[in-house]
Amino acid sequence: MKSLGRIVAVFRKELMQIRRDRVTLGMIVMLPFVQLLLFGYAINTDVRNIPAAVVDQSGSALGRILTQIVSATQVVDFVERFDDPAAAERAIVTGRVRAAFIIPPDLAQRLVRSPAAGHGLATPRATDEQLSRPVAQWIVDGSDTTIAASIKALRAMPLNELFDEASNQATPTFEVVLFYNPEQRTAVNIVPGLVGIILTMTMIMFTSAAIVRENERGNMEMLINTPVRPIELMVGKIIPYIFIGLVQAAIILGLGHLIYGVPFADGLLALAVATLLFIGASLSLGLVLSTIAKNQLQAMQLTIFILLPSILLSGFMFPYEGMPRLAQHIAEALPATHFMRAIRAVVLRDATLAEIRPDTVWLGAFMLGGLVVASLRFRKRLG
Amino acid sequence: MTAPVAEAVIEAQGLTRRFGSVTAVDALDLRVERGTIYGFLGPNGCGKTTTVRMLTGLLTPSAGTVSVLGHSLPRDAERLKREIGYMTQHFSLYTDLSVRENLSFVGSVYGLGGRRLRARLDELFALYNLADLAGRRAGAMSGGQRQRLALAAATIHAPKLLFLDEPTSAVDPESRRDFWERLFDLVDAGTTILVSTHYMDEAERCHRLAILSAGRICADGSPRALMDAMGANVVELDTPDPRRAKQALTALPQVLSAAQLGARLRVLVADSVADPVAWLAAQPLATPLASLERVRPSLEDVFVTSTRVGEARP
Repeated sequence: MKSLGRIVAVFRKELMQIRRDRVTLGMIVMLPFVQLLLFGYAINTDVRNIPAAVVDQSGSALGRILTQIVSATQVVDFVERFDDPAAAERAIVTGRVRAAFIIPPDLAQRLVRSPAAGHGLATPRATDEQLSRPVAQWIVDGSDTTIAASIKALRAMPLNELFDEASNQATPTFEVVLFYNPEQRTAVNIVPGLVGIILTMTMIMFTSAAIVRENERGNMEMLINTPVRPIELMVGKIIPYIFIGLVQAAIILGLGHLIYGVPFADGLLALAVATLLFIGASLSLGLVLSTIAKNQLQAMQLTIFILLPSILLSGFMFPYEGMPRLAQHIAEALPATHFMRAIRAVVLRDATLAEIRPDTVWLGAFMLGGLVVASLRFRKRLG
Repeated sequence: MTAPVAEAVIEAQGLTRRFGSVTAVDALDLRVERGTIYGFLGPNGCGKTTTVRMLTGLLTPSAGTVSVLGHSLPRDAERLKREIGYMTQHFSLYTDLSVRENLSFVGSVYGLGGRRLRARLDELFALYNLADLAGRRAGAMSGGQRQRLALAAATIHAPKLLFLDEPTSAVDPESRRDFWERLFDLVDAGTTILVSTHYMDEAERCHRLAILSAGRICADGSPRALMDAMGANVVELDTPDPRRAKQALTALPQVLSAAQLGARLRVLVADSVADPVAWLAAQPLATPLASLERVRPSLEDVFVTSTRVGEARP
């Protein structure tokens, strides 16, 4: 009973301090809001309008029409025009353009023989040097793989339009049906994931810094001489942040629904359970970090040490399945990976609590483990 | 001055604390009586803080026995915490909270609540002149005001024993006097106070004093008794070149120390020399000594002589 009273005392004090701290208070609300706008609009793997140069050595009307057809795809935006390929290469080096489109002088001859023109000629044998030559060439800055992939997608572009003909609709080898996110909007996938990233950042940072601050400002020296126990201090200090985490999750999902039309499935219970467990796991990780860090700057550095892999390996930006085995093992250790999986399943695919059980169980276990480690280390430090 | 009651609040025998190969506190025997102010005087790193930490139950002694307020330490450390107050050297309350908020927090940590807490706060506001500052943030207060707040927080639960770690290192002389007045008020009300300091004027106000050096008590007793039993005489003198005179004098084995006070030199001569003034005047020095005068010893002189003895020990 007395113990509960002390926890409440610490909780109320912490709440007062958060309320006093305008910047932190602003961060709690503005951080998810601004990040939502930034990531929602900015992260787009569907690249358009890549700045490119054109080197038309044919100088013919055909060359100009070909250029127009390519720019009509909107994949590239021809911003420069050069006479020789060397100049285009220099433009790539300086970074003014990411790719150059080089149309050879013998464009007309190549076109006539090209299967892309679809003139009913039999597909030439690949060994036939005369006939299997491409129509024109792209020089691409391949360092950014996403941009390179977008331009590579132009490789087999049909050119029927060049001859004012309707393209012949080929029957695809496979039929692909998209079950979720049929419009293929990146934001739909990003917004639920963003909840995981924002919570990772604020929950870990706030708790680790909040505990370290007591040490740094000398408050701990006073506190250890009072009857308050370490575990009471930790519990009292982290309770306010559970509410803050829930507010942030609500802001992101609510605004994500309003601005980007991210669907809201009915699984509110599953959503609440997954979010609370993730908040708990992040807070206990923050507590562990607070027992390692000696000052707030170190707490911040440790937070970023966790945050970066959480952004890059959790499946937030790149698919988990595409990562090498080692990276997958590291990702499995991060709470963000499990939360990312769970929240996307619940929000986007209508999964129930039972279906996300492996991830919620893991988050719960992580939280308990973190609490045990933190309180063991904490006691040691007070000597 | 209140007559000392023969009831011991702190009793320690052979108190020792080692950190690795370093012995911070070495076989300390200590007895502090109820209703007195007991001072620990010593330079930084002499073991004052370590001793205080062992007496509050924060540190476990490597050897020796301690009993504080009848609790045997470190076994009863948690129970002891409710009965002692501790005022840290640096201000350790929350600078972003107001006076009232800080005191409410500390009060509720000690289990005070509701009407009892409010009544105690009003009492403390009146006692420590904090009523007008109740809404002021601790970070916006002066050193003296903060110190009053810290003392109010340390005594909110009316502890029987109060530990003060260099309490007046950050305040002006007037606040320091005022602060000591309040300490004597607390003593009158039956509180025992243990204060660690490196200020001589502060040490001089204590009922009893222990001079610490390198983890040992080199001398203890009342300030007056310590000055009387110093074992050295103090001579002040004028000299045109005090720095050179000081060098020459400290080379003599009978001179325990020489300190420059502006243009004058304050010289401690061992009491094996019967007439220190005549003896000094007879010294063949390059720089002439003038207007030699025997003066009353201060606590600083006690400190210098007793810590020198400490150094001389193997």
